[in-house]
Amino acid sequence: MAAPRPPFFAIGLLSGCLLAYEIALTRLFSMVLWHHFAYMIISAAMLGYGASGTALALLRERIAPCFNATFLATAAMLALAMPLSFLLAQQVPFNPLELLWDTSQLPKLLTIYLLVALPFFFGGASIGLALWRFGMQAGRVYAADIFGAGAGSLGVVAALFFMSPGDLLTILAALALFAAAIAAIELKVQRPWLAKLFSGLALLAVVAAHAGWLKIHPSPYKDLSQTLNISGTRMIEERTGPLGQVAVVESIRIPFRYAPGMSLNALDEPPPQLEMFVDGNGPTVLTRFDGNLAPLAYLGQLTSALPYHVLESPAIRLHGPRVLVLGAGAGADVLQALYYRAGRVDAVELDRNIIDLVRNRFSDFSGNLYKRPDVRVHEGEARGFASAGAGQYDLIQVALLDSFGVASAGLYGLSESYLYTVEALQTYLGHLAPDGMLSITRWLTLPPRDSLKLLATAIAALEESGVPDPARRLAMMRGWKTVTLLVKNSDFSPGEIAAIREFSRTRSFDPAYYPGMPPEEANRYNLLARPYFYEGAVALLGPERQDFIDRYKFHIEPATDDRPYFFRYFKWDAAVELFSLRQQGGMALLDWSYPLLVATLIQAVLASILLILTPLAASRARETLPPASAALYFLAIGFAFMFMEIAFIQKFILFLSHPLYALAVVLCAFLIFAALGSWLAGRKQGRATGVRSVTTAIAVLGMVALLYLALLPDLFDALIHLPDPAKIGISAALIALPGICMGIPFPTGMARLACTLPDAIPWAWAINGFASVAGAVLASLLAVHLGFTAVILLAVVLYGGACVAIRGFA
Amino acid sequence: MNRYFILGTLLCFCCAFPSYGEDYSAKRHKMVEEVLADLAANGNPAPGPDVVQAMEKVERHRFVPDWLTRFAYINRPLPIGHGQTISQPVIVALMTDLIKVKAGDKVLEIGTGSGYQAAVLAEIVKSVYSMEIIEPLGKEAAERLAALGYGNVQVKMEDGYYGWPAEAPFDAIVVTAAASHVPPPLIAQLKPGGRMVIPLGAQFMTQFLMLVEKHADGTVSSRQIIPVGFVPLTGGH
Repeated sequence: MAAPRPPFFAIGLLSGCLLAYEIALTRLFSMVLWHHFAYMIISAAMLGYGASGTALALLRERIAPCFNATFLATAAMLALAMPLSFLLAQQVPFNPLELLWDTSQLPKLLTIYLLVALPFFFGGASIGLALWRFGMQAGRVYAADIFGAGAGSLGVVAALFFMSPGDLLTILAALALFAAAIAAIELKVQRPWLAKLFSGLALLAVVAAHAGWLKIHPSPYKDLSQTLNISGTRMIEERTGPLGQVAVVESIRIPFRYAPGMSLNALDEPPPQLEMFVDGNGPTVLTRFDGNLAPLAYLGQLTSALPYHVLESPAIRLHGPRVLVLGAGAGADVLQALYYRAGRVDAVELDRNIIDLVRNRFSDFSGNLYKRPDVRVHEGEARGFASAGAGQYDLIQVALLDSFGVASAGLYGLSESYLYTVEALQTYLGHLAPDGMLSITRWLTLPPRDSLKLLATAIAALEESGVPDPARRLAMMRGWKTVTLLVKNSDFSPGEIAAIREFSRTRSFDPAYYPGMPPEEANRYNLLARPYFYEGAVALLGPERQDFIDRYKFHIEPATDDRPYFFRYFKWDAAVELFSLRQQGGMALLDWSYPLLVATLIQAVLASILLILTPLAASRARETLPPASAALYFLAIGFAFMFMEIAFIQKFILFLSHPLYALAVVLCAFLIFAALGSWLAGRKQGRATGVRSVTTAIAVLGMVALLYLALLPDLFDALIHLPDPAKIGISAALIALPGICMGIPFPTGMARLACTLPDAIPWAWAINGFASVAGAVLASLLAVHLGFTAVILLAVVLYGGACVAIRGFA
Repeated sequence: MNRYFILGTLLCFCCAFPSYGEDYSAKRHKMVEEVLADLAANGNPAPGPDVVQAMEKVERHRFVPDWLTRFAYINRPLPIGHGQTISQPVIVALMTDLIKVKAGDKVLEIGTGSGYQAAVLAEIVKSVYSMEIIEPLGKEAAERLAALGYGNVQVKMEDGYYGWPAEAPFDAIVVTAAASHVPPPLIAQLKPGGRMVIPLGAQFMTQFLMLVEKHADGTVSSRQIIPVGFVPLTGGH
């Protein structure tokens, strides 16, 4: 009788479903809550895989006689668990905004984490079973697994162009059922009707997806949910895409009238508007425009209008300023430029759905705004467009696209933003025409956070560009709700300073800083207990800058590409003080996102101890504990792998423009190349060669990592303007060598353990699993504090430690 | 064994419904004392006696969903459905005190929410006009206020942008609904010498309060107040 053939197709399909599910979850979390939670999802995936490894280690003797049935059952359970676990997670009333008020939020977060891990448990069990059952053909099984995972991670991005993430989950369930049907055929199971049953169920799932049965329920505190509560509002258009779910809302009874921080002196009412939300966040408004500029007068009453009043050269007066709007959204800043008679406007917007909606679907409403000859719309990422050297501008406007509530609650504390880093500002400044200006508007927060961090970032950018006295090139204006920072590429002239003062006087906005500003002008209209903004600006521009930054209770150190957490203001000392003042209103000044990350780390450690390590410790396996050196080895390489992977994902967000693209491409590339490394390691057996190959791989990895740390920023800067397919190819090529190197230590260590203490292998799996679960979250925490460079260096050090440890378990 | 089981069940029952038969007025008094202590600790002047009296009198537990009544007298914001919250009592006290209302005043409120702020105001002033754009929330609040006997509060489910022209001008305006800007018609409906207060921040997180004062000459100025006594700089090295 011929040896059974592994269910290659089924394994590939299941593995693809798992990776697609992992990436789709980041979209779903962005829609339901405020953040992609990539670190938590990766950690949950590792928990599922790790727990399934432990379960298999303990139960494999019982499973052995019924492999086929167990394989089909786990595949079917995966199909069921993918939509079901998400549906159940949606039922958990977790509200991050209440995290610090309400201790019951923590168990709710843990419940979501465990529910998210469940499909990975079943998927991991399926693939682990196959690897164990077909040990002689493990290489080919592994190849099918990796190929499927790679296809899944890229396929999901393509699928999101025409399918909502909710429907995608159901389609993934259908694919997993289809995989079960294929497995039934490949394994030649005795009950042939099983294949038909699973196929039928798969078809049913496709029909259910078509009917849109899986509804997404965003948090009721998200901007879109709040807007749809208003009587007379309705969603009139919805578009799906990998960058976000775009919703257009109209309000029949109560006009929207979005004019952020409009002067209290203003009498103008904004014209009719539609609001656009991306993943329920926003809004970015589409204002009715018929070519008549008079109804746009309200745009002159915002702090963001300041630069138009200051630009004064004769050429600009004659031809109008050349304006670049970064993050154009639905075009509010473009309209503002037109209101001020801009000669030419280049508008950069990342999301093609938004461009298409303004340009085509709502072209009449918007007065063909994105089709005008004087407005050129570019689909792309702001940094990429600016780096490509697209021209010289009199004004570069960085639009205010996030919502006030989200910004003030610190909801973006963990979101990487490459728009507000020192390097980004240097790039923008490089595209200013002589006497041109960069203008960035942020929400006003009290005590000041965004604005002072932005100012510190601008000062660093000017200094690093070789400007001897940045104080002469900066001006900042605060209204009651917004703050606008101007960075000029030459010194402000007396005429420009007079224009700043006049703008302030006529609109009752307070200057926070301009060169030569008398202190008495700092606090006249919107009175504060102290002129915090002016005092902060003076301190940041003076010799005691670093001392001020250190003493300030919020984190206002300039954001850099290495630590692109512009929205992180959290400091432990202040957090303790604010928490103690929670009854007095102090809670509102605390970012929830950082405590959430810490809570996730604690729960990841506890869950992995409970579900991966404890079952082993409670079984007979406790008699076969590995030597300390082996335990340290698998612990070190588990942490190091995750540190590298998470740091690369976050670093490549800059290059690939979006967290979803970075996650899909980096995960896929690491999987494939690490698998290749494992395969190469498997070809060489023997203890001596094992140690040598690990040492060599880690030495190469260390060198490549150091080289990348030195070269990647310039390389990204030079290539960021390329089209997406080229950037994906380059990313994969860059990950190839480190990926291969990182694939070698695990199988080599396993082979070495198999020679010396085979009974300790389940422990090696479990310890490595534990490190992966905790490492995914810890890497994010370390990146926030120390930066990506430190995380990568730490990974290299851990790998170095593994090199020493492997010599200990001969 | 059975005895322990019955006792255990009773204990669970009591834990599940702790609010049953509780002395709310004692809890309310304790909450007000805490609020006063918090305000004093922050260096805020003590609220006027009418504000304290109103806070002592208004039954906050009537303004939160049933399942949250046991938290009603904890000094924290609470969800009230429709993505809205009832403000933290210390913020309500501070806002009410900031607008300096008196017995004969007429107050406009934009954003009725649960109706709690309107009830506190109604205990002090002659009449409160409250507007809500989330219809179910407005209806619930109107019914609740009527049931509690607040005949001097009128609730309308309408666009608050243009205020309530028929009853203008107002001695004070409270804008609790999130708005991207202060509607000019509201400033117009404020009496000279009148005050408007607006809490700013996300749901559950009032970060600062804006007080708009309309002077006798019709000009306006604003003050931004951080409720908590928190100095953003450490004392130095």
